[in-house]
Amino acid sequence: MTPVTRGEIRQVLRDNARLPVDPESLRDDADLFQAGMSSHASVNVMLALEDAFDVEFPDRMLKRSVFESIDGIAAALQELEMEAKAG
Amino acid sequence: MATPRPATADQAAFREELLQAGLLVESGVDGIYGKGERFEQARLGIDALLTRTAGAHGAERLRFPPLLPRRHLEDSGYLSSFPHLVGTVFSFEGGETEAKLQQERASAHEDWSEFQQMTDLALMPAACYPVYPAIAARGRLAPGGVFVDAGGSWVFRHEPSGDPARLQMFHQHELVRIGEPERVLEWRNEWAERGLAILRGLGLAAELDRASDPFFGRGGRILAASQREQQLKLELLVQIAGPEPTALASFNHHHDHFGISFAIELADGGTAHTACLGFGHERIVLALLRTHGLDLETWPEAVRRELWRD
Repeated sequence: MTPVTRGEIRQVLRDNARLPVDPESLRDDADLFQAGMSSHASVNVMLALEDAFDVEFPDRMLKRSVFESIDGIAAALQELEMEAKAG
Repeated sequence: MATPRPATADQAAFREELLQAGLLVESGVDGIYGKGERFEQARLGIDALLTRTAGAHGAERLRFPPLLPRRHLEDSGYLSSFPHLVGTVFSFEGGETEAKLQQERASAHEDWSEFQQMTDLALMPAACYPVYPAIAARGRLAPGGVFVDAGGSWVFRHEPSGDPARLQMFHQHELVRIGEPERVLEWRNEWAERGLAILRGLGLAAELDRASDPFFGRGGRILAASQREQQLKLELLVQIAGPEPTALASFNHHHDHFGISFAIELADGGTAHTACLGFGHERIVLALLRTHGLDLETWPEAVRRELWRD
């Protein structure tokens, strides 16, 4: 996945994660929940990612760990992209 | 309208037994029942037992009506987690013409909702909700925080079901702890053991297990998974009827959710953590009836003493 996409993920986080810090200041592998994202905010992030990337997270991905870091989100999006291409 | 959840065969049979014995009184709507004298006698015994135990451990008693100011519901986050369970109070607004039309349509059992406007009130979704704004309004907490017994208040859940243990309106006896994070966690662990002891003291084969709430929608799956992973919800379970044991009580650890929502400040200015423990009076009565039989006179002496000490 390109760095641009990670930038887009940061944009979604900035608008939806209600983090007390700027997502730009977070490393790609930083724990977003540790950084102050609530479970409720992670639901908004999930829905906003679906809109931004035009995907739908399957049930198996609807868990806390998928949305735990920018890397985690990128990996999930990449997996969905691969599945869409294969499908 | 929500489609009623069908009862399993043993749930339907138990419901029929309860109606035949006059313990429950049918209303025509699933999950809404009147109670016979003996049912209420048992329920009041449970209310007294919980009130007495909470009082002995320093709880301050507060009581609230079964209606929540709509604004508090809106501030609580309940609508994002459980939009499907909420009941809001609507009331008539209009003149004589509208009143006449409303009456005509209502008497023909047609739709008269257009004459009804949302009021400032919602049905109480959980008996702990009025406690948070009430405590926040007092200002900063004293060191150690507070422990409140909010009593057995009526609460509403819009989930009609044929299972007599899944009521739309029931008494939820909420104990609420608000304070420093470590104090709140200690309290929850202490009361998990005490709650288990209370139910086992009534001769019920209760077990403690972690659980999750029926959060709404796909986002709700994330919330439920988080709740389980972090052990935020614990339940005290007893087999009544149906394929799984029924939760007679549940603990919720909210971390700083209500502390932030209602701006509850600790003595040092930090955000308070909260936890609550809700006992379902009716479910405890049903578990007792299932375990010890429908005739209260024949319940074990030790159980009777616990319930009707006073």
